[in-house]
Amino acid sequence: MTRRFRALVFAAILVLAAFGAGGYVWNTRQSQAQSRAEAPAVAQGGDLASLRSQPHLVFRSTALGDGYGKVAVVPLSAPTGPRAFTPASCERVYATAGDAICLYADRGLVTTYHSRLLDSSWASVHELPLTGLPSRARLSRDGSLVATTTFVYGDSYADPGQFSTRTVVTRAGGELVGDIEKFRLIVDGRVVTAADKNLWGVTFADDDRFYATAASGGKTWLVDGSLKARTVTALHGDVECPSLSPDRTRVAYKKHGDLPPGQWRLAVYDLRTGQETMLAEPGSVDDQAEWLDDATVVYGLSRTAGNGAATSDVWRVPADGSGSPQLLVPDAWSPAVVR
Amino acid sequence: MYVSLRDRPGSDAGSGAGRVARRVSSTVFLLGTVSLLTDVSSEMVASVLPLYLTASVGLSLFAYGFLDGMYQGVSAVVRIAGGFAGDRGGQPKWVAVLGYGASALSRLAMLPAAGFAAITAVVTADRLGKGLRTAPRDALIVEASDPALLGRSFGVHRALDTVGAALGPLVAFALLASVPGSYDSVFVVSFAFAIVGVAVLVLFVPNLRTAGSAAKIGLRMALSEISGRRLRRPLVAAGLLGLLTVGDGFLYLTLQERDNLTAVYFPLLYVGTNIAYLALAVPLGRLSDRIGRARVLVAGHVALLGCYLLAALPAGGVALTAGVLLLLGVFYASTDGVLPALIGRLVRPEARGSGIAAAQTVVALSRFASSLLFGLLWTFQGPGRSLLLFAVVLTVAVPAAGWLLRDSDR
Repeated sequence: MTRRFRALVFAAILVLAAFGAGGYVWNTRQSQAQSRAEAPAVAQGGDLASLRSQPHLVFRSTALGDGYGKVAVVPLSAPTGPRAFTPASCERVYATAGDAICLYADRGLVTTYHSRLLDSSWASVHELPLTGLPSRARLSRDGSLVATTTFVYGDSYADPGQFSTRTVVTRAGGELVGDIEKFRLIVDGRVVTAADKNLWGVTFADDDRFYATAASGGKTWLVDGSLKARTVTALHGDVECPSLSPDRTRVAYKKHGDLPPGQWRLAVYDLRTGQETMLAEPGSVDDQAEWLDDATVVYGLSRTAGNGAATSDVWRVPADGSGSPQLLVPDAWSPAVVR
Repeated sequence: MYVSLRDRPGSDAGSGAGRVARRVSSTVFLLGTVSLLTDVSSEMVASVLPLYLTASVGLSLFAYGFLDGMYQGVSAVVRIAGGFAGDRGGQPKWVAVLGYGASALSRLAMLPAAGFAAITAVVTADRLGKGLRTAPRDALIVEASDPALLGRSFGVHRALDTVGAALGPLVAFALLASVPGSYDSVFVVSFAFAIVGVAVLVLFVPNLRTAGSAAKIGLRMALSEISGRRLRRPLVAAGLLGLLTVGDGFLYLTLQERDNLTAVYFPLLYVGTNIAYLALAVPLGRLSDRIGRARVLVAGHVALLGCYLLAALPAGGVALTAGVLLLLGVFYASTDGVLPALIGRLVRPEARGSGIAAAQTVVALSRFASSLLFGLLWTFQGPGRSLLLFAVVLTVAVPAAGWLLRDSDR
């Protein structure tokens, strides 16, 4: 091949690559714009203030369009009906009657994540920095305690199977209660000191007690924790992201079992009897579930929309293992039930 | 930019006559360009992969951690195979083409891949390609370079490589900002970069045959060359130092544990180290040509020692963190390119790829062992004391390595 010929071939490849890739991106951009324009606008409606006075569901709306990623509210009496959008945009949200905790991304050259405590009018009360990708957020029932879980990268060096989480509990006023990863972890009466210890997915029982997931050496446990004693004690194995029922007798969670990596099934553990019940949802659930009432569990499931965009829906399933899952709110994620 | 057209140095090595005209070979710039384009391509995918897997495929980050482990492991295994294949055929270029090509094709395979198993397979193919190409490419750099400028040549190559690694995430996030949620666009553009990189390699990089290609090297010869007199001491020194090299992931975790600001800007720690590495790769490569590669390699570990001591301090703060990152950059700039430059001159030309691969594998394996060890120590006594312990042992190991390498700089 002569020098000139090679230069020509290279120019041809360069042009092909540039136009091919550029064309693909341009085409995607056009079809995205088209599907946005054609997307049936999600029904909006309802007055935020009056919704707040009745039982309602707070969630992250994943319907395509202007409201994507915004926190929305629907009354529990009509969950599939029109949704009222709040001004807040969050990756993960949780709410009580008076407060909400919002984990959000500040996208830029380096994407940073923050958590923001919102008051009843969805205005920011104060901000807390977050370390890593937002994963879970919970408030205690009276809204006085905040728990956030994020993924911090890097621990995978020694143990490639694990990523590092950081789970922090703060008072609503911003005062740090503790990094619960630093709490004493007791499994079968023995203190676990392994460096690969991770704790995540807090659910509060009262002002002191909470439940969470602890992991070490490839195992996970449901742990019963005390903020005052700064201790967490394992209750039951193979439990991730617990969620305490309103009557405080059961915990709904995702169970890995012998499924392939990255898959879980929903289950409920009875704290009084120690009995575990698998729920009727047949698919893999990766969410911290929430309780609609004492008999029903709600959770988010991801879905790929017709145009290839990633979205999700919130589903409900009976907490006693009976029945079958039903769609509660389409195009929604991160549900919080406020009664 | 000065690009010389001279592709065949080596014969007049060290004669001093060419002192004025000595330039880094155009082949090195071409290989650097190939690496730059390929790194843009691979870092684009690597930076969006956690997001893609969790947001689009629905895997958890824990599954991603498993994937990342696969990623690292596969690469080391095929590295020696790549080095040897390049030597055996006497055509390291085409082995490198195979490696770069496999990685490029894996970008396209991401498009239909869905589910954990498929994505694991694709990622593994990418890493196989990376493992395969590294040693033959470094052998080509040695072959194309004036021996007196080897450190500088590797410095230029690694600097270009780092530019690509820095640009990749920026391109990916710019794309995702323009077409939100379209990971397919990232994969397609990544493929375009990779294919242009392969085109540069195939069309412009000369197919330099190793000097003694008439005598084809067998497996036994390659092994005896690796374990032979010339390489034994440098390999032992590299292994010894590797055993005391705490992975940068651990250092970053130490930094983020001691002050919260660092924790928030965790991703920036990698960027800081890369900037220092980028700025210092060429100057330190030149220094290694002047005062000796083994010296710079050993001195780089003194910087690492300083890094441990700074990171072990109980106090945090911006200045200390910046100091750690700068020293880490110095360490990488004085080791990553300098090691193949050192080994490439010591080993016989017909076993060059195998020798370089052996050194890189020794370093990778000993660093992995070091990570396991350090993780264990961290468990028992926390990061600060573990770093101090590593620092103490490194203080003894650095002069020992210097002694082992005393004759390597002739």
